[in-house]
Amino acid sequence: MRVVLAEDSVLLRGGLTKLLTDGGFEVVAAVPDADQLLTAVDAHQPDIVVVDVRMPPTHTDEGIRAALVIRRQHPKIAVCVLSQYVEERYATDLLSVDTSGVGYLLKDRVAHVSDFLDALRRVAAGGTALDPEVVAQLLVRRRDDPMQRLTPREQDVLQLMAEGRSNNGITEALKVSHSAVEKYVSNIFTKLDLPPTDTDHRRVLAVLKYLGT
Amino acid sequence: MTDVRPTGPMAVLRPLSSPRAWQATFHVVAGMFLAATTGAVIWLVGVLWWAAVVSLVEGPTGHWLLPVLYVVVAVLGPAALPPLVQFFSALQRERFRALLGVEIAAPRHDPGSGWRRIFRPWAAGSTWRQLAYNLLAPLLGILGGAIVVLCWAALLLAALWADRVSGPWYALWFGGATVLLLAAPWVARGIADADTAAARRLLGRGHAEELTERVESLARSRADLVDAADTERRRIERDLHDGVQQRLVSLAMNLGMARAAFTDRSPEVLGIIAAAHDEATAALAELRDFVRGLHPAVLNDWGLDAALSGVVARAPLPVKLHVHVAPRCSPSIEAIAYFAVSEALTNVAKHAQASRAEVVAERVGDRLIVTVTDDGRGGASVDGAGTGLRGLAQRAAAVDGSLTVVSPPGGPTTVTVHIPCE
Repeated sequence: MRVVLAEDSVLLRGGLTKLLTDGGFEVVAAVPDADQLLTAVDAHQPDIVVVDVRMPPTHTDEGIRAALVIRRQHPKIAVCVLSQYVEERYATDLLSVDTSGVGYLLKDRVAHVSDFLDALRRVAAGGTALDPEVVAQLLVRRRDDPMQRLTPREQDVLQLMAEGRSNNGITEALKVSHSAVEKYVSNIFTKLDLPPTDTDHRRVLAVLKYLGT
Repeated sequence: MTDVRPTGPMAVLRPLSSPRAWQATFHVVAGMFLAATTGAVIWLVGVLWWAAVVSLVEGPTGHWLLPVLYVVVAVLGPAALPPLVQFFSALQRERFRALLGVEIAAPRHDPGSGWRRIFRPWAAGSTWRQLAYNLLAPLLGILGGAIVVLCWAALLLAALWADRVSGPWYALWFGGATVLLLAAPWVARGIADADTAAARRLLGRGHAEELTERVESLARSRADLVDAADTERRRIERDLHDGVQQRLVSLAMNLGMARAAFTDRSPEVLGIIAAAHDEATAALAELRDFVRGLHPAVLNDWGLDAALSGVVARAPLPVKLHVHVAPRCSPSIEAIAYFAVSEALTNVAKHAQASRAEVVAERVGDRLIVTVTDDGRGGASVDGAGTGLRGLAQRAAAVDGSLTVVSPPGGPTTVTVHIPCE
């Protein structure tokens, strides 16, 4: 899997390159800022882009803005944003275009190497990977709308769906039976007024509703 | 340096050559001529105006152009006088500065706009005070100047008119003249001092004006301090983010890689690597919380709404959040609101035993009002032990705001922050 990496800290750029290479990714370009990132993406057409939020020149949200440009110009390229802090606002921006092939993780997560690599693979395969902290923030914000109709357990399930887990993943995480998870999921669809069409599509819609975007 | 004081007759004569006495003399004499000129002009304007008004009232006679002229003078007189008075007062202040080294700050005047420009100065006390000085100066200034000149010239004058006295009066005549001359330095200085006192009072700023100015400058410097402290916090946040945090992430990542790679080593080695990895991850989380406590980056980029939803999300109890703050407030104000909510929610979690809380941040006109309410057991106070509310109340007060806590025993507790938001 081909990766373009954007990270302004030399130390981390080197470290992440090694980590990704060891994890079976091919790092085709590692760049220090957003402009070079966009050029590299155009040139290499990678499978996934891993990008830091704060980069030169203003060190605010260059990474998010670059990620949005990439999402718009190359909808096929998956994007995983790394940030020192996860903020709901960045997540909603990022997810407003499309929820597939998007990741938004706390930078600390790279320390848990295998989890991090799993999340990247999930995103590269068209899934989502949202940091639990972001999801917690989104959950607070949506507490007073249709989401209130959901039971706490259903909210847990939806949260895991938003993090990009499959039904199997949710079964493992919540330590409940597979049929129970299916029941929760179908309850969620009903309560959020999502008609039964294509299941995957409904999953995305549910998550979108959940994120309020 | 020791001051060598001459004794004997020299001690009496010494003041005659003292620079201060001569400064005062020049000042008083210059004031005499200046006051004569400016006073004459002002009186002339006054008399012309009065004549024009009286002529108009009594019914003008003669050439038809005369009434027009009267009206012009009657209208222009009051309009022209204040600028004239201000100009003359500036000259007088310059005299004090150049000849005595006394700085008198000019009163500030608000020129107003449109037609108010003409009459606005008459509403200001400073205009009347300056006018009073310029009207009194010709009378008292010329009198004072004359006295000073007379004292200095006393011996000379006595000699010129020596033929008018004879016999026993002769000694008294010259004795008196000598006394006047010896007194001249003191008289000059006394009159200059009196003039200075009058000028400070009449040409300078009024007490209220000085206080207003002082308050304005204090408020300004206080706001600057608040901003400076805030800027410094942001700088430290950025430095930590660019430096230590990146290194720690790198360290934790390397340890993570080691942990993943060296699975074939002895349990002892694995244990050490695992402990180091956990420690690095914990340090990273701790540092992240600390840095966020300095200044959350999201507050700069996205404002209160986004930043507060982060705070609320991290609270260990359900918190409802409503934010309506548009347009945004200044960074220092947003920071106060942010940390007030953050601190209040920390207190709720620690002490209140509450089941839920609500945070509302609203902009009402040019005020930002933030309330944090919980359904806990109450009894909280700004001065309560272990609360950071005290410091936040001070920060709010520093921008002319307030932080109040209403918390009856049994609850509920409401923390309210009122801060200006311009």
